Amino acid sequence: MPRSGIRDFFEIVSTRKDIISLSIGEPDFVTPWHIREAAIFALENGATAYTENLGLLKLRQALADYVDRSYGISYDPATEILVTVGVSEALDLALRAVVEPGDEVLYHEPCYVSYSPVVTFTGGTPVAVTTLRDDDFRLYSDLLEEKITDKTKVLLLNFPTNPTGAVLLREDAEGIAKLARERDLLVIADEIYSELTYDTERVSIGSLPGMKERTIFLNGMSKAWAMTGFRIGFACAPPELTEAMMKIHQYTMMCAPILSQKAAIEALETGGPDVSRMKEEYRRRRNFICSSFEEMGLPCHVPKGAFYVFPYIGRYGMSSKDFSLRLIEEQRVACVPGSAFGPSGEGFIRCSYATSMDEIKEAMSRMAAFVKRL
Amino acid sequence: MDSEFAGEVGPDLGDGPVVRLRDAYPQEKRKSTMDELLRLLRKNALESPENLAKMLDTTVEDVKNKMAEYEKTGVIRGYQAIVNEDQLDLELVRAVIEVKITPEREGGFDRIAQRVAKFPEVESLFLMSGGYDLLIFVAGSGLKEVASFVSEKLATIEGIISTSTHFNLKAYKDQGVLMEMKIEDERLKVTP
Repeated sequence: MPRSGIRDFFEIVSTRKDIISLSIGEPDFVTPWHIREAAIFALENGATAYTENLGLLKLRQALADYVDRSYGISYDPATEILVTVGVSEALDLALRAVVEPGDEVLYHEPCYVSYSPVVTFTGGTPVAVTTLRDDDFRLYSDLLEEKITDKTKVLLLNFPTNPTGAVLLREDAEGIAKLARERDLLVIADEIYSELTYDTERVSIGSLPGMKERTIFLNGMSKAWAMTGFRIGFACAPPELTEAMMKIHQYTMMCAPILSQKAAIEALETGGPDVSRMKEEYRRRRNFICSSFEEMGLPCHVPKGAFYVFPYIGRYGMSSKDFSLRLIEEQRVACVPGSAFGPSGEGFIRCSYATSMDEIKEAMSRMAAFVKRL
Repeated sequence: MDSEFAGEVGPDLGDGPVVRLRDAYPQEKRKSTMDELLRLLRKNALESPENLAKMLDTTVEDVKNKMAEYEKTGVIRGYQAIVNEDQLDLELVRAVIEVKITPEREGGFDRIAQRVAKFPEVESLFLMSGGYDLLIFVAGSGLKEVASFVSEKLATIEGIISTSTHFNLKAYKDQGVLMEMKIEDERLKVTP
């Protein structure tokens, strides 16, 4: 299993001092104070023990409310919700619980670095479906139909998508849901960026008719509440699936950290305004970056989710990696080459706008200078 | 350069038409960017209208017109730099003065407050609830200057019962801006 393509890039970038990094996949905001304070308070009160495997009941109840309110799917906190160590663990559990050697798992590229490797770890076969720039990287059933075989068991979705910022449109979701029902597929939906959906309806595939019973809904606290280091994610699924995931979880992790769980309760109960505030700031930065790219002649669609922009750089006759390396050398701006997100990412770069407006402004002016000279 | 997002197609780069930002969301109306504009200006009043237009997804004309309107109606009364004086070698001394006054039959506290506000040494003046009536922020070029302001100009005003002066020792934060050196971004430089 090769190391993550990003890792090598990381090593190049971290040795340099003066680089503006647009390569960061986590919020630049610190976790809001009242959430940190809840963790501190819990610590002062001696909250240091294991929790139930599934997670604190109070947290699961808060999660059930949240998912119902925000996504329109109603899960029972006692049997259908599992608190995990980040969405990363939830993804691993979901795949390990359902995939058997020989099963095929469909996923859409360009995508997050973990999907294909984790499927391989389970003994299943990852099958990539390429989404297209001309479609704004939307996924719809026609693209999936081409790749379905009788071995296909799972459909792995990630919307809003890292790295493209694409979102799941309602009409696409309906088509995909129909396909899943007809071919009896299980859907794993990684919706970690879904709070960061701009200007459009947030559609969760599990909320569509006939889907809740065949969907594992994954989400977490990291991006929306800026709690990446706290490591809290969760999986919501029908009782048998949750039970299966819980069995793996109890033998491998036992439980998510208690302090992080306490902080997560606070975040869910009172962190709404913080999320809105951060989202507005992200949106403003997105507007700025997209306008700047338009001006400098780098075509990219305006992403409706997450905090990434995925412009096409293929016309300059360089590979993504070469473009990115030259950009670092000549202008000291770091973006991640699209090839790190799968072969269909070649020809693109991923620019994260999870960094201060000042840095973004400076990065944009440097990139404009770079592009001009190509 | 004025960015006119007028819905035209961008230059043909051979990659297909470039869609203007505005066209991506035809339904989205530019609802109250007023508050957002003010918030941005408070953070940085020197932000160029071009950058403001980009951040607010509107035109440069729109931004300039709104700013002119605010200035005209007095919503924006000025643009001032926030200076960390501790870093300069000034003898500047700042103090906060609590003042108790007898309210007058006609006008309450207004007459005295407006009279005090006119002094150039007075930077800010507020009417307060609680154990005193007026809170005054003053600056002078030395301890003596502030002291003589209080004893000669302030205390002699009819209606002022008592004053209590406190001197600033160090500025940590002023108008939302931290005076300490910037905190480093400690995140890993590249994360997937």
